[in-house]
Parts: sequence; structure tokens; C-alpha cells
Amino acid sequence: MPATAEVPTGTSATGSIAQPTTALHWNLPDPATATGHQVYDMHMMVTLVCALIGLVVFASMTWAIVRWRRSEGAVAARFSHHAGLEVLWTLVPTLILVAMAIPTTRTLLAINRTAAPAVTVRITGSQWKWHYAYPDLRLAFYSNLKSDSREASRKGSGQSPAAVPNYLTDVDRPLVLPTGQDIQLQLGSDDVIHSWWVPAFGFKRDAIPGYLNLVDINIERPGWYRGQCAELCGAGHAYMPIVVHAVPPAQFEGWVAQEQRRQAAELAQAAGRPWTRDEAMTQGQETYETICAACHQKDGKGIPGTFPALAGSAVATGPLRAHLKIVVHGSQRNPVMRAFGKELSDLKLAGVITYERNAWGNDTGDLVTPDQVGAAR
Amino acid sequence: MSEILSGTGGAISGTEAALHHGRPRGWWRWLVTTNHKDIGTLYLVFSLIMLFAGGALALLIRAELFEPGLQLVQPDLYNALVTMHGLTMIFLVIMPALVGLANWQIPLMIGAPDMALPRINNWSFWLLPCAAVLLWSGFLLPRGGPNAGWTFYAPLSSTYGPPSIDFMIFAIHALGVSSVLGAINIIVTTLNLRAPSMRLRDMPLFVWTWLITAFLLVLAMPVLAAVATMVLTDRHFGTSFFIAAGGGDPVLFQHVFWFFGHPEVYIMILPAFGVISEVIPAFARKPLFGRISMILAVIAIAFLSVIVWAHHMFTVGMPVTGQLFFMYATAVIAIPTGIKVFNWIATLWQGSLSFETPMLWALSFVFLFTVGGLSGVMLANVPADYQYQDTYFVVAHLHYVLVTGSLFAIIAAIYFWLPKWTGHRFDERLGQLHFWLSVVSVNLTFFPMHFAGLAGMPRRIPDYALQFADFNLVASIGAFVFGFSQLIFLWVIVKTVRGGEPAGERPWEGARGLEWTLASPPPYHSFELPPSPETVAAEGPLAYGIAESDAKPDEVTR
Repeated sequence: MPATAEVPTGTSATGSIAQPTTALHWNLPDPATATGHQVYDMHMMVTLVCALIGLVVFASMTWAIVRWRRSEGAVAARFSHHAGLEVLWTLVPTLILVAMAIPTTRTLLAINRTAAPAVTVRITGSQWKWHYAYPDLRLAFYSNLKSDSREASRKGSGQSPAAVPNYLTDVDRPLVLPTGQDIQLQLGSDDVIHSWWVPAFGFKRDAIPGYLNLVDINIERPGWYRGQCAELCGAGHAYMPIVVHAVPPAQFEGWVAQEQRRQAAELAQAAGRPWTRDEAMTQGQETYETICAACHQKDGKGIPGTFPALAGSAVATGPLRAHLKIVVHGSQRNPVMRAFGKELSDLKLAGVITYERNAWGNDTGDLVTPDQVGAAR
Repeated sequence: MSEILSGTGGAISGTEAALHHGRPRGWWRWLVTTNHKDIGTLYLVFSLIMLFAGGALALLIRAELFEPGLQLVQPDLYNALVTMHGLTMIFLVIMPALVGLANWQIPLMIGAPDMALPRINNWSFWLLPCAAVLLWSGFLLPRGGPNAGWTFYAPLSSTYGPPSIDFMIFAIHALGVSSVLGAINIIVTTLNLRAPSMRLRDMPLFVWTWLITAFLLVLAMPVLAAVATMVLTDRHFGTSFFIAAGGGDPVLFQHVFWFFGHPEVYIMILPAFGVISEVIPAFARKPLFGRISMILAVIAIAFLSVIVWAHHMFTVGMPVTGQLFFMYATAVIAIPTGIKVFNWIATLWQGSLSFETPMLWALSFVFLFTVGGLSGVMLANVPADYQYQDTYFVVAHLHYVLVTGSLFAIIAAIYFWLPKWTGHRFDERLGQLHFWLSVVSVNLTFFPMHFAGLAGMPRRIPDYALQFADFNLVASIGAFVFGFSQLIFLWVIVKTVRGGEPAGERPWEGARGLEWTLASPPPYHSFELPPSPETVAAEGPLAYGIAESDAKPDEVTR
């Protein structure tokens, strides 16, 4: 078991241990959970059986094609049916299927069993990021694709994806989970159907609005595990990766305590700090580039026909009230521009709206305060 | 105009003259034709045009996926390309081509003068180009073409879909009406217009598979129309069938959609089975092995196809008992499908095989459809499907059954019957070139996708992580070779239509069936008199001089 205690938990920029992201893989990755092992075994079993059947079919066809060629003087035999043979090739496949169904049924029952979990994580998909909440630990955060991948993927960016570490498989904040404990994942969605998939865990499960899908996992060894959304969910479908950092339970508890302190400190600091334009622009740019740039793009120009531009737009340079309304409450016409009021704090919203009203030549000179955002809620 | 209006009597006698002594010429002939051969040609030409349109979308997709990063299209357009490629290939290429084959061949093969409902036949064709224009015009609308995948899962297609989704819904309605009318026509024709001495059990396998397919169409297409209508009312009329916040259920969409969608898969493959069952005996110069079990297998597959729909939904979180039921039911399909493959091999066994172009396509069908069938058995295994679902493994599987399955069978059929339709032999060397280029490149395109899927690449993404780059590079190269190879096909067809060595009545000396007793091309009203019982018997039950009852099982070992 590789020791990973020294790996910092706050960032995932370090290389992956469980799943190298550039090497060529021909098969499912090494499983990291009990479910993963069972699924892997089933996969290998069906692959092997199907390969053998394929071999028999191809060999007999090839034999017939080579053996009975008219050009070699073959004369057609005179038969059109054979009850015994026809029964034989009905029964033999039936027996093979029954033989495969027995272990498969056992596995399926085992991996759909749920137990009382030690840790519960509520996972909510939304266009196009994952939200992770630990209801018992008062911790919650969004996990976004890292902005270097987003920038390198952009059409005409001139950047090589090869130069970006963990291209499209890295996030700003990974999901941190303890090893060796039963964890219950509760999957849901805020908008369309997504699917949460980490191949090393051996399953994917859809995140569906109105549903809470439960899956139990128990991660065997520490490491970085990467996956991504597997159900078409709109323009950003390729851009909602999943990174799980599995750590030993003691380290997990340390991480929880540290995160709880950090969230409290951020709130306290925000409350006491003077709200200046520089402060708002710095904070706003950070928020913009992790969240808003997914659609409106880093340069504020959007994607013509898909995502509207903010640079020089009527909303970002016009009356502040309309701008506040669309960001806090979402767009009436286009559900993809959803309400960010519940996702971001007054402070963050004030920062990002200030940024949008002053960046890329939108020189309105406005400084939006958290109180103004609060009033618009 | 005024003459027609004032002189009603004259107009009627003019129409009668057209019916009995000639036919309209020029474009008017094609617009108003009620002739099964003309309509069959229209279907096939339309399908060929759409094959190149849908193929162009596929090549755009493969060009974008050639290397990581976005080079050609934005993500929303990419999703529209994927959606339109799927819709075009399924509804505007494979299905019309199969209906076109049915139109041409069923009356010829059962000894009928035409289809039973010729005017409905005309209408079911002309709905198609209208639907195609409606569907493709979505690209011109604000926010671009339909982009929720050909499966248009709600709420991505309903609440979040662009305006073009409405166009797609109405196109689906038109396509559905067209398919159901076409299917009813085929049922009525096969049941009522057979040569009097042709018993149902003696019908050619192609006609049998189409008869069963037609029943599946009548069953499945209205369900698609229903689910599309529910999306429409969710979008515009305040219903909440699939909106969770209004008390609806997004998973209901998938149940209803796949209740159509899975029979649809068999609608596209059963007539292909029929084609292969015609081509292989002709070039093995031996009767089809196990005719009756072949027919029973098709009936069994058709029945099973309507009780397996939720195997497309193993990851939605169904109760485990539901997952078990759909797994078992799906696995059972492997048995009748296996029977078909083994019977084709037994037909080859101890035959006198020659390898003209139609036979090459048919043999590659049996090889490569088996690859798709076996990956289907893998996908039926629920625990393994938790990994395979929604990855490139599925993309590989569905293209093996649809491209090297349905499309290869359609191409085999066209090479097989083109001399009959045109009266000319085609250029065999070009046909072989087309085959070998296609069969190599199609595997180069789709086989690596199995590995990309296992390695973790989801389907329907415009950009991907670096570990998938090599597989995508190979697939893209293969796709371009495959795509451009089809220009050879176009050239062969054009060349054969324009002229060539006369085909004679029976250009393949091993072929049996009533169509080979007619001139090439066949007369305008195919069989004006029903073929004699002797002809029907010689081309059917007694083909190759062997009666089914004569061929004793012990002759196998002789």
C-alpha cells in the first residue's frame, strides 16, 4: 500500500498514483474498491467467454471459406437442416448463459447491498460542475475543472493540451474520502441528468433531478482517483471531471478539522475586511475564472450562438439592477444561466459582478457591495 | 389548368391513358408515382444521399476528435453533430434503405404485380424528404441544431433544449407516420398478394424478416411519437411529464423512449438478417440451412426485443430485481441470434463457395455482426455494464451492429440485386476494391473504440484526456478512409445504371427466387399474372433440386 500521508490534500496538481493519466490503457483500470474488484472479475469473465465463442465462430467460418471453394472444384452437398445440430446449438449457448448468470447474479446482489455508512456524502451534479456536501460534518463545496485545462481546450487558444498536467481530469477542489470505511454516496442533480463515474471504483451511477441514488463504496487504498461525468448534460459535458483523494481515516479527520477552520476563518476575514475596488476585482476575477468562464469564457467574449458575451454586453454595462437580478435569480429565458444566489455568498457575488462590470473594457467604474447583493436577493 | 377544370371527362380519360398505356415523364413521374419499383428507387436514392450527409457529420466529429483540444467546432455544435449524425443515420439512411429494398423486392419475391397500397406507398416516401428538411433546418435556428443526443433525454431536451428540438419532434412525427404506413403496406402486401401457391412458410427469408419487422414498426413508432409529444408539451404547454419539480419523472422518459428504442434496434437488423439469408445460399449454391428455425429465431428475437428496454438504463438506479429481469431477458436474445449465425455457417458448410462482391459483404457481415453481438452479450452483464454504459465501448458495439451489421447487409443487397434492377452487371473489380477498403477501414475506425471505452472515455465528448489520444487518432484515420471509400460505391452504382454488360434474367447462377424468373430490369407491373405453382416450387421449397423433406439428416455426413 503506497504511503500518501505526505501528499498535500488541498490541491490535486501532483501526479496521480492510482491512475496515470497519460499512459495508454487497454483495459479497465486497477480496481480500488470491493465493488471494483467484483465488477472487474465479471468484465474479465464475459470478455474471455465472448472471445472464446468468437474464436469458435471465426475458425469454423474460415474453415468453410477455405475448404469449400468453387474455384477448387467444390460441389455443394445436399442437406438443408439437421434437427440434432440445431438443438445442439440452441442448448449449448443456453448452458453457457446460465453458467455466466450464476456468478453475475451473486455479484449484482452483493454490490447493490447498502450498509450503515461511517461517512455520508451528498453529490449534486449541475451544469457543469459537481457539488460535494458532507451533511454530518457541516462541509460543502463545488468542484470545478481547473482553469488551465479549460483554457487549453478552448478553440483557437493556441495552447497545447499536452502541456497541461492532468488535462481535463483535474479540479480545483477534489472530493476527499477516508479509506477502509463504508461511505454512502447520495447522488442527485440540480438541472439535467449527469452520471458520476470513477472507473477505479467499478461503477457509474446517474445523478437525476428529483432522485437520490444511493451507492455504498469502501476504498481500499489511498490515492488519487479520476473520472468524469458520463451522461450527456449539455455543452460542458466534457468539462466536469471528478477527482477523489482517498486518505487514511486519521488524515481525513485532520482534513475535516482544517476545512472547518478554514471556512470559519474565511467568513470572519471577509466580515472584517474593507471592501475596496482592488479587493473586489481580485476576488471577482478568481470566482469568474472558476465558475463563469465555463460558459462566458475567460476573455468575456462567450461563444457566439451558444453563450452570450459579457464584454460590452447590455447587461454588464447597463443598469446594475438587471445585472444583479440575472446573476442572483437566473435567466427567465435560458435555464442554462441559472440562479447563482444559492451557490455563492453575497461577498463572492459582489466581487464577480464588480469584475464583470469593469473587466474587458466594460469600464463602468461600479463597485458592487455585498449589501447591494443582499438587497437583490 | 382551365382545360382540366372545364373538361373533367377528358382529364379522367387522360389519367386512364397514363395508367394503362404509359406513365408520366420527368420529375412529375417521380412525384406522383405509385409503382413499387419507382418508389423503391426513390427510397434508395434518398437514403444514399442522406448516407453522405450523415457521413459528412461523422467525419466532422472524427476530425474534431483527431487530437485533444477543440480545433473545429464549439461544444454545442459538437453535440448537435452527434445528435444529427445519429438521427440521420437511423431514420434517414438505414430505415429508408431497408424500406426501399422491401419496396423493390417484396412484390418481385412473392410474385405480386405491385404493393397492395400504392398511393399510401407514395405518401410514405414523400413524407421523408419533408421530415429531413425539417430536421436539418434546425441548424439554421438560434442556438443551433438539436443537441441532446439522438436519444433526446429529458430534461436536457425539454427544459434546456434549443428551439430546433421542436423541429426535431415534428420531424419524428412525420417519420413515424411514414414508417407506420410503410409497415402496414408491407404487412398487407405479404399477407394478401403472395402467389396463390406460395405458403407462408415458403416465403423467402427476406420477406419473412420484413413481415415481422413491420409488426415491430407498428408497435414501436407510435410510442416514439408519444414520448416526443410529451417532450413537446413539457416545453410549451406547461405539463411536467419529465420535470421533477412539477411532480414528473425524468426516468419515465427513458422507459418510454427505450420501449420504442430497443425494438427499433431490431427493426434495423432483422431485414438485414433476411438479406444475408438470401445472399449466402446463392453463393454457396445450397439451400439455407434450417429455414424453419431461422424464421422461429426471428420471431423469438422480435418478441424478446419488446421486453428488454431497460438494459439501456442499468445505471439509473433501478431496483436490483428489475436489473436482474432485464439482464436475463437480454441474455436470452443471444440464443436465437446464435442460432442464426450457426445456421449461416452451416449453409456455407460443404457448399460450393464463390466470392463475388455481394458474398464478400455478406460474409463480412457474419464475421463483424458477431463481434457486435458478442460485445452485446458483454453489455448485458449488469456489473460489467456499470463500467461500459455511456462509454466508447457502447459506441463501438452499436457501430459494429449498425455499420458492419445493417449497413453492410444493405450494401450486400444492393450489389446482389442491382443487376436485376438495372439490367446491367456492375464492375466487379470496383466492387471488390470498395469492399476491401471498407472492411479494413471500418475495423480501424471502430475496434479501437472498445479500448478507449474500457480505458475510461465517455461518449459524446468533444475533447478528451490525453490517455485516449492514440485510440482516437487511429479511429479518425480509419473513419476518413471508410468515408471516402463510399465514393467508389456511388461510382459503381452510377456506372451500372448508365450501362454495362447485360445481366440476363439470373446474373448469379446460384441465386433462387421468383425475382430471378423475370427479365432484368423487370416489367413495369412486375407479375401481371401470378407465377405458376411449378415456378414457385422450383424457386422456393425445391430450390437446388432439394425438397426440405428429401434432405434427410443423415445426408449431412455423406
